[in-house]
Amino acid sequence: MSEISWGLWELLLQGVWVTVQLTVFSAALAAVVAFVIGLARTHRLWIVRFLSGAYFEIFRGTSALILMFWIFFVLPIGFGWQLVPMWAAVLALGLSYGAYGSEVVRGAISAVSPAQREAGIALSFSPAQQLRKIILPQAWPEMVPPFNNLLIELLKGTALVSIMGVADIAFGASLVRNATGQSAPVYTIILVMYFVLAFLLTRGMRVVERHAKAGIGKAPEKRVGLRSRLSPDQVGDIARSGAAPAGGAGR
Amino acid sequence: MKWNWNAVGDFMPMFWHGLLVTLEALALGSLIAFALGLIWAMAQRSEHAAVRWPVVGVTEFIRNTPLLVQLFFLFYVLPEWGITLSALTTGVIGLGLHYSTYTAEVYRAGIDGVPVGQWEAATALSLPRTRTWSAVILPQAIRRVVPALGNYVVAMLKDTPMIFVIGVLEMLGEARQFASQTFQTIEPYTIVGIAFIVIAYPASLLLRALERRLVR
Repeated sequence: MSEISWGLWELLLQGVWVTVQLTVFSAALAAVVAFVIGLARTHRLWIVRFLSGAYFEIFRGTSALILMFWIFFVLPIGFGWQLVPMWAAVLALGLSYGAYGSEVVRGAISAVSPAQREAGIALSFSPAQQLRKIILPQAWPEMVPPFNNLLIELLKGTALVSIMGVADIAFGASLVRNATGQSAPVYTIILVMYFVLAFLLTRGMRVVERHAKAGIGKAPEKRVGLRSRLSPDQVGDIARSGAAPAGGAGR
Repeated sequence: MKWNWNAVGDFMPMFWHGLLVTLEALALGSLIAFALGLIWAMAQRSEHAAVRWPVVGVTEFIRNTPLLVQLFFLFYVLPEWGITLSALTTGVIGLGLHYSTYTAEVYRAGIDGVPVGQWEAATALSLPRTRTWSAVILPQAIRRVVPALGNYVVAMLKDTPMIFVIGVLEMLGEARQFASQTFQTIEPYTIVGIAFIVIAYPASLLLRALERRLVR
């Protein structure tokens, strides 16, 4: 069935490397955007809240693919900014997934008990100190599981760049398909590749979560893993964070 | 940046057609996602491991792999297996299948949220299994997950542009065609981008209101 030669395999593996790079860079940009916008949305001044809220609604409202088309085709002609395809893709993914992430940051920060902030004020911490030493350390562990889901969504989102000609896994697959004339083997292989990458990301984020929880003296919660989901008795395991909408309207 | 209103006027007929196709794909995709998701959710609670395991495995796999690749898979591989479908049908199936794995999680949460006493009461009344599901569990479960399902409809809306890759002329496909015919790129892509915000924002406001009404 499979006539994928070594050269074609190499093409796919190079694609994996590009996908990994894209995921890492976009995630870094998205994290910056998420924290800046998320914090701005809890700011005292209404104008800061309004502007960051507008960013959130606009970038969450539009599709990542449309944004990518816009950055690829409208920015160069309309504004004369021609970006390298790789960075244009990172920009599009980072800006839109950052908007989703800002909702996670905002939610986790507003979930920290107000008494903690008041204690900070009583101890005459400056606002920056309150944030850095009191609020964020407690909010961070809450952010990790939803960030994991977003990271998986981002990984899946990177496949869009193949439309723009960035040589990621999906792009490699279309080349292999053309070379071998067969679709089923190569698309099955790359679906498995994406699945493995997603699995590795989830494992990595579990480690991050354990560290974050340990940092504030909490034991990690018992996760609803694949194995426990396979047992019939699931009463009480309500909506693991995996069910949280990543692309949907925020809660 | 030169904004050309004439190009906007020329694009509008194609835009309306594209919007119609987008909404059609969204409506049909949502129906598949709602129905199939419920089947997955119920199958995941089956007593038989032979049902549970494959369903959990398949849904996890579909949820953790890109929709774009799944669309290519359906579009290129199904004909090799002798199943020929139109591009729109393939796109609708792809969207519905992908999002059914998300709605399955939503239903699962809803079903788990039904108090154990309800199951026990159904057993005590010796209701048959089908009746337990249809008259006791699902009415209570679905009510509280309606807003969450709505969120996925909005999410699916934002993934509908992907089906242009298999040749469906929805909004983005039309914009792309217009751009390649007239070399006017700014206007069509901007209009389509704004259209998504104009549809998605009121929809998410509506869902937030619905959530306040239905949940608790």
